[in-house]
Amino acid sequence: MLRTTLAKTLTRSPIPLVGARSATTVASDIFKPLKYGGKYTVTLIPGDGIGAEVAESVKAIFKADNVPIDWEQIDVTGVGASEEGFRESVQSLKKNKVGLKGILFTPVERSGHASFNVALRQELDIFASLVLIKNIPGVKTRHDGIDMCLIRENTEGEYSGLEHQSVSGVVESLKIVTKYKSERISRFAFEFALKNNRKKVTVVHKANIMKLADGLFRRTVQDMGAEYPTIATNDMIVDNASMQAVSYPQQFDVLVLPNLYGSILSNIGAGLVGGPGLIPGCNIGREIAVFEPGCRHVGLDIKGQNQANPTALLLSATMLLRHLGLDDHADRISKAVYAVLAEGKVRTPDLKGTSTTSDFTRAALEKMESLY
Amino acid sequence: MLLTRPLCRSAALVRPLRSVSIKQTLRRNASTEVAEFKGTKNADGKYTVTMIEGDGIGVEISAAVKDIYAAAKVPIIWESVDVTPILKDGKTAIPDAAIDSVKRNLVALKGPLATPIGKGHVSLNLTLRRTFNLFANLRPCRSVVGYKTPYDNVDTVLIRENTEGEYSGIEHVVVDGVVQSIKLITRPACERVIRYAFQHARATGKPKVLVVHKATIMKMSDGLFLSTAKEIAKEFPDIELGAELLDNTCLKIVTDPEPYKPVVMVMPNLYGDILSDMCSGLIGGLGLTPSGNMGDEVSIFEAVHGSAPDIAGKGLANPTALLLSSVMMLRHMKLNDYADKIENAVLKTIASGPENITRDLKGTAGTKHFTEQIIRRL
Repeated sequence: MLRTTLAKTLTRSPIPLVGARSATTVASDIFKPLKYGGKYTVTLIPGDGIGAEVAESVKAIFKADNVPIDWEQIDVTGVGASEEGFRESVQSLKKNKVGLKGILFTPVERSGHASFNVALRQELDIFASLVLIKNIPGVKTRHDGIDMCLIRENTEGEYSGLEHQSVSGVVESLKIVTKYKSERISRFAFEFALKNNRKKVTVVHKANIMKLADGLFRRTVQDMGAEYPTIATNDMIVDNASMQAVSYPQQFDVLVLPNLYGSILSNIGAGLVGGPGLIPGCNIGREIAVFEPGCRHVGLDIKGQNQANPTALLLSATMLLRHLGLDDHADRISKAVYAVLAEGKVRTPDLKGTSTTSDFTRAALEKMESLY
Repeated sequence: MLLTRPLCRSAALVRPLRSVSIKQTLRRNASTEVAEFKGTKNADGKYTVTMIEGDGIGVEISAAVKDIYAAAKVPIIWESVDVTPILKDGKTAIPDAAIDSVKRNLVALKGPLATPIGKGHVSLNLTLRRTFNLFANLRPCRSVVGYKTPYDNVDTVLIRENTEGEYSGIEHVVVDGVVQSIKLITRPACERVIRYAFQHARATGKPKVLVVHKATIMKMSDGLFLSTAKEIAKEFPDIELGAELLDNTCLKIVTDPEPYKPVVMVMPNLYGDILSDMCSGLIGGLGLTPSGNMGDEVSIFEAVHGSAPDIAGKGLANPTALLLSSVMMLRHMKLNDYADKIENAVLKTIASGPENITRDLKGTAGTKHFTEQIIRRL
């Protein structure tokens, strides 16, 4: 049920993070993405907020590097109620099998639509969210030596969307945990750990309180761990994991988490290494892979100001390139992005700089020139 | 107000436990202070406070508290009780003597309790919360000078709904391999904890209450929490109401806790559990963080760290969390002068150097020496 060629280890690249371990590769897969005339068609959903600006950055850089990708851009938005764009996105991703996506806005109001982000993951069954949290050279934060991978169940749990009001003022929300979905996310986590030379998988849960639901999740991961004798398995209660993450984050390697805890820990993780603008991620299913910033922030507050840090989407895009087997392009682009960050001359406001998104893009393009 | 709605009967059908709290809320006049201390002094001018020493290191750290209180001449008489759980009609229960003591004194200080492992035992902490209907958990976290962490500007206050939400205990297996776990949110419980948050903000001079939620995803349950907060906010025109997505709060506090200084955060049970421990992590862990469980009748102040059986009885335990919890208790009892005196002595001692603090704080002292140093600084 899970692609066996899940990830491959790249040893030739000196670049940390994405270079050292890619998410997936489809080289020998039966579910091949569409390729016409030597070019892949990839769905591009810029999303709301800062999406349009950072997507422009990716497009410019891909174009300059002659990446053999044709974008099929869909400008769906979560602002407003139209589901048309959402349907179109689903169609496009089902056809192309690969996508790059920003974050879509979700209204709080009950009358508003359910999260398109969640609906998309459920509809396409892209069940595993992978988020890479690692210190980036040149970006100094309060903690050093962090290198963890969060693998988050993406399609059930607290995000089931099942809620009802028994009587006025009494509401129940259902959290659904199934053995099937717990198994496949555990499998993904251990396969990922194995293929990327990881040593330990930690299951994060609250099984002391939610004995049945989180109990099922924890037990499934632990049982699966027995099949992987070279990888250590341990468990940690989510409140303790959050406390440990801010005091001693170096202890974590691969974490596997139910949906909500994944959201919490990925945001804590982002805070540790420099913010959501730096964190790449992807959502992997059996057939379809959608790459999106790991720490899912819309950024409506800085929309259209040319201030957003495009790193998260750029690094997510290089993960996409590795997924398609376009490693040369991925290496060049990620090297350039890391070089700009390491140099520290061009910094967007989230990293306490004054440069713009376009400045960053230009700087990365210049770096790439020197890498040919 | 929303108190006229005919909630009571229908809710009672859902959960017997809930009906009690709903009735209480219905009875309450909107202007009444929630979780106010109603205890009175004894004839000798002292308050009696229940002391639940707890397990493991609990004995040593409560002894430290007693010594310091005696030296500071705090007008408190301790009434020690045993809460070793008993099974009553198949359910975990607290011995009647302990319940009576807490009910009489209206306030208790509690050390760490080890939950007995084995079937049928609900965690004792949960049992205490349910028995006394302690609806709000108050968790302040402030950087402690003398114990260096990557964060040195932490000053957060978090209030957690303590009775329902993800901790409703309602779960079932639908078919083999499919589990449903129910998060229960009721308006009365939201009202209570949010009103307490506003009152606490006002009492401590914080200008803003911040609701932390995930109403984008859980539109009805977290939505109810959020909309209730908007209603309650009308009663407190001097306090600003803000709302923030859980994701954002996690990210922002970890990046820089400074902006959360003028804020009282309030949130449903699970988020509060996670974020309160995360905030503790910022300042150095549970050994330094106090906690108060507030109820309408009774309040219990406690150290939330474990019972550390490995160092129990060796004179190494750090009583700081219990001491700072007791300081919160003194403020709750409006014994502010004593609270200030003891708090200052504790913080000065920790700041005085590694020779005076315990090993968990990278010091070299034992419980006894640490306690003596605090007494010296009173």
